[in-house]
Amino acid sequence: MDQQFIPRGLQRTSFERFLVWVLPWVLMLGIGLYAIYQCLADGLYHTNMDNRFAFGLWIYLDLTVIALGAGAFFTGFLLYILRRDELKAVINSAVVLGLICYSGAVAVLMVDVGQPLRAWFTFWHPNTHSMLTEVTFCLTCYLTVLVIEYLPVILKNRKLRQIPRFLVFEFELHKVMPVFAGVGTFLSFFHQGSLGGLYGVLVGRPFAFREVLGIWPSTFYLFILSAAAAGPSFVLVTTWLVQKISRKRLVQPGVFTYLGKVSGSMLMVYVLLKAVDTLYWINHTAPLEGAAAYAFYTSQSFGSWILFTEIVLLGLVPAVVLLTKRLREIPAVLVSAAFLTCCGIMLNRFVMTIQTLALPTLPFDLLMSYFPSWQEVATFLAVVAYGVILYSLSFRYMTLFPQERDIRQ
Amino acid sequence: MEQTEQSKSRYGMVVDLDKCTGCGDCVVACAIENNVAPAEQKATERTGITWLRVYPVTNGEAFPAHDAVFVPMMCQQCGHHTPCVSVCPQNAVEVDPTTGIVGQIPQRCLGCRYCMTACPFHARYFNWWDPEWPAGTEAQLNPDVAPRMRGVAEKCNFCHGRLHAARTRAAAEGKSNIASPAYTPACAESCPAQAIVFGDLADESSDVARLSKAHDTFRFLSKLGTEPKVYYHSAKEWVRKMADQSPAV
Repeated sequence: MDQQFIPRGLQRTSFERFLVWVLPWVLMLGIGLYAIYQCLADGLYHTNMDNRFAFGLWIYLDLTVIALGAGAFFTGFLLYILRRDELKAVINSAVVLGLICYSGAVAVLMVDVGQPLRAWFTFWHPNTHSMLTEVTFCLTCYLTVLVIEYLPVILKNRKLRQIPRFLVFEFELHKVMPVFAGVGTFLSFFHQGSLGGLYGVLVGRPFAFREVLGIWPSTFYLFILSAAAAGPSFVLVTTWLVQKISRKRLVQPGVFTYLGKVSGSMLMVYVLLKAVDTLYWINHTAPLEGAAAYAFYTSQSFGSWILFTEIVLLGLVPAVVLLTKRLREIPAVLVSAAFLTCCGIMLNRFVMTIQTLALPTLPFDLLMSYFPSWQEVATFLAVVAYGVILYSLSFRYMTLFPQERDIRQ
Repeated sequence: MEQTEQSKSRYGMVVDLDKCTGCGDCVVACAIENNVAPAEQKATERTGITWLRVYPVTNGEAFPAHDAVFVPMMCQQCGHHTPCVSVCPQNAVEVDPTTGIVGQIPQRCLGCRYCMTACPFHARYFNWWDPEWPAGTEAQLNPDVAPRMRGVAEKCNFCHGRLHAARTRAAAEGKSNIASPAYTPACAESCPAQAIVFGDLADESSDVARLSKAHDTFRFLSKLGTEPKVYYHSAKEWVRKMADQSPAV
């Protein structure tokens, strides 16, 4: 019944089967929306956050999805600025993923804050010294850029193209896209960095605090690099996943290996700098704040294994695999390495958010524990469901992978 | 008009841990003075609001070497790189340049809780519930202090209501400013052991300035370099040593 909206030359499943696929996600989204309603209507006591664990699952989610969504800006940067034309095959998908990640993060942030109606205060009387101000400004602007980048993808729909004005608008938009890609890259650099700076500036948290390099703490630069590494890997993994679910070949194999190589290169630089940063922190920054770094890793929950896993198992190992041509060309190895890269960045965001808050600061304090409430988990899952639904609709009615038609023919 | 206040006062406190009996009078007085709503039934020690909290601390030794102190912990009024001030995205935390008091503006607070994450003393509290007073008890509310709303952070401000009232009295007397210090915070006033001394640290002749420089006076987490204006005093060496120790995880 919706065949006339499906792009020409592409094969999509029947509308009924599509509904069956989407329905469970809609249900998940519905449960999440109820949890969100509870938090907004009654208060944040529905969460398991407290005065000591003031950030929880939601801030972790925000940091993670924004890092994974970096594929949009980094792919755009490589395609429009560095002219790597092979990435045309995934740019539309990367933009949709970016839009999902960023809009999901902003939506959760609006539930997470106690007074969401005051969000505009940050623009009215901003504290220019706060990393959160920088994040808010860049996030808002970049979300607008993502919407603008998503517009041509929608307007290319075969039904919408029948409206001449839309066709002209889409054509004109396409011409200025490199400008938006440039603006997007610039904004992304700042907010990815500021999210790292968010923790790096915490002078009262010796576990997170890092010294200033230039005008920002070292975590600022590490977050940019790690996001640039995770973004292409996430695009790779999702493209592979969509291929498996839809049982179609969507891009040429060369695109996968190129994404893997880009991700591996960024990851290697990141891992090396992260190792240097960690050593400097252990030997200089933490002692300066009166803390012995080893003490942060003496609990069972956050032992030194977490540092080893983050830097070596989920950092150095996938970086080496992705940079080795022979290994990169084995699809299963390539996808696994990209998946590990995403996991490594997710672990890093977990450590920065949860371990930072769990570790005591007062000498007579104990390790703090936190387990999210069902409302927090449901809200988290609602973002996942929203992402799957928006991506499924985009995949069905828009051309996310331009090579799909040629491969099919 | 008579000029009585120094332009650069630094209001601070010295808490004598050897005198503190842990009775909790200061906690109650603080809550009553500052219109902290009665705790919600489901509130825990981690979700309730206590601008001033008394921590029992022991030396970890077995009898007869066992020893304990009570540490009243309120906002430490950091004077340098104040962690909560720089992080707030919308300037809802400000330092009063005339007193050095770190103030919270609940009407401007977004409720992002970044300041709570930044505070190493865990002296900031969030309104997880709508504040509610049982019918009839609203009459006990302090008219000098605005109650806060759900979804914002709050903390000790050295009894800002009393400071404001002192300034109003001074103005009525034709003075441009208050004598320093012209008021006593509720916790210091209520302490039966007189363990809390409040005043202007910048005034060399004041008791608080003298005590802050006394032997055996120290500050918690001094190595962080945030220069708290709340000092503690104890003749017990293990207490002084403990103040800057890394917590045992």
